[in-house]
Amino acid sequence: MLKTSPQASRSPQGPSALRQRLSRWDVKYAPYLFVAPFFIVFAAIGLYPLLYTGYLSFFSWPRFGGTVGDPVGWANYVHVITDPVFHKALVNTVGIFLLSSVPQVIIATVIAALLDTNLRGRSWWRMSVLLPYVVAPAAAALIWSAIFADKSGLANQMLGVIGIDPIGWHTDRFASWTAIATMVNWRWTGYNTLIILAAMQAVPRDLYESASLDGAGSGRQFWNITLPSIRPTMIFVIVTSTMGGLQIFTEPRLFDTNLQHQGGANYQFQTLTMYVFNTANSATDPYPRAAAAAWLLFLLIVGVALLNFVITRAIQNRGAR
Amino acid sequence: MSGKVHSINKPGFLVYALLAAFVLGSVFPLYWSYVMGTVTKERTLQSPPPLVPGGHFIDNAKRVFDQIDFWSALLNSVIVSSIGAFSVVAFSTLAGYAFAKLRFKGSNVLMAFIVMTLAVPTQLALVPMLKQFSNLGLDGTLTAVTLPWLVTAFGVFFMRQYLVDAIPDELIDAARVDGCSQIRIAWTVAVPAARPAMAILALFTFMSVWTDFMWPLLVLQNSDVQTLQTALDKLKIAPGQGLSDLALLQAGTIMATIPLLLLFIATGRHLVSGIMQGAVKG
Repeated sequence: MLKTSPQASRSPQGPSALRQRLSRWDVKYAPYLFVAPFFIVFAAIGLYPLLYTGYLSFFSWPRFGGTVGDPVGWANYVHVITDPVFHKALVNTVGIFLLSSVPQVIIATVIAALLDTNLRGRSWWRMSVLLPYVVAPAAAALIWSAIFADKSGLANQMLGVIGIDPIGWHTDRFASWTAIATMVNWRWTGYNTLIILAAMQAVPRDLYESASLDGAGSGRQFWNITLPSIRPTMIFVIVTSTMGGLQIFTEPRLFDTNLQHQGGANYQFQTLTMYVFNTANSATDPYPRAAAAAWLLFLLIVGVALLNFVITRAIQNRGAR
Repeated sequence: MSGKVHSINKPGFLVYALLAAFVLGSVFPLYWSYVMGTVTKERTLQSPPPLVPGGHFIDNAKRVFDQIDFWSALLNSVIVSSIGAFSVVAFSTLAGYAFAKLRFKGSNVLMAFIVMTLAVPTQLALVPMLKQFSNLGLDGTLTAVTLPWLVTAFGVFFMRQYLVDAIPDELIDAARVDGCSQIRIAWTVAVPAARPAMAILALFTFMSVWTDFMWPLLVLQNSDVQTLQTALDKLKIAPGQGLSDLALLQAGTIMATIPLLLLFIATGRHLVSGIMQGAVKG
């Protein structure tokens, strides 16, 4: 050490030297003491199960078996990948995800732009758009399931008023995706609105002032100033809604009116997470197959999130030029 | 010129009309659920559908109490969410402070690791946790519901982000020169500075645990112990009940939503500012 305090150089021995050393240890090792509790608990409840999922996916494990059975190589993955139900679940998940994330981001951006004005009762409006967020997904699913009931639900009755025949919200594949996506959009649009609003408010106001001096209308200002400025936040919102959207479980599970919970009689709205859940309760090798499916879902999420990131950046780069 | 700038700042009627339409659309499903919970079972099936509240909420609520153990589910949700919120805040504040303000070997690697795990979906850990807990004889217990919520990677990330700016380095250096031990500095400098972020993290963790459905459903599926969310599922699948009895189901849904609505009324401002400060992840 180059720097020592004057006091320490005056009395190199005795209790103060010991204190000096203790204090140096304190500085050096206390940080580990601070982060250790988190990492110990995290290793037990987060990391260990994660790695064990990977390990498990390469073994057989009969239902009600006490321990892991024989290694089976990639057989569990092959089983999942060749399972027609998995294919359906994959398509359903991507379909519901697109129907929920795309309108959600667009509407949230519009509402945020409306809120990013000199409103009266500003905090009241902000709280109001957030209200659906405090309704738990399970409750939201039950409310919307009633609205989208097949025969006499509110949605079909209202459509009847304008002369549209009842829609089979549970039986028709695309209609069921729409219903489930509506639940997701309802709960999360206001929340994303606030995130985007925060980014909009960070845009320097004089940018707008000089733009309007140049004669740019509010539409062009939004397109040329606001959107490029909030790019990092848009990417954040899109990536997080990707991760959430591809894991959707509660809404389709509770939307189901049959008690097998397979996502409709014809698996028309079974999602990948429902597939993992149901596989973990199935008859043959439930845990290893569920583990393999969970890893495939994870790869899908990472892949789509990266794709999102790249596409969003490319589009916005072009827009900025 | 100034008129142009003015028009950007002062929203016109159309802005208010669009916002009001959005808010009405957002609130309506909740209102309609309440209406359905206040009419008779027979009325829910008639056309046109009821649009104003009836006088049967108490009757429907009584039937909910007959069907599920509402109060114990409510209590369980309060217990699990409170423990989760407290634990996440405690662990995250300590670790977040170390990552934000203290220099130690490996801190960058460890922090990068935490950020990486943010992207990992919870389902990935589901199966081994279920197996682990049933080996320990914990399946079907509140303990099993709570354990995965004791720490979150997001909590550490959030506290670190907040504390980097919230505590001036000079304050820590000064305390060290005065001979304060690290743990005392953490207690007397970091914790007071972290208090606003701790409150927001507690609030959002509480809500995440409260609204969680998949994990409690999986680990409590053969148990009498329920949280509010899994109790709603029970209400829905009870034979001849939820699916055919919308009055019962919606009354239960509203009853289960009231606690969070109260929380929203009390803390809505903090939720809004927490989200706007980037406090939360989806």
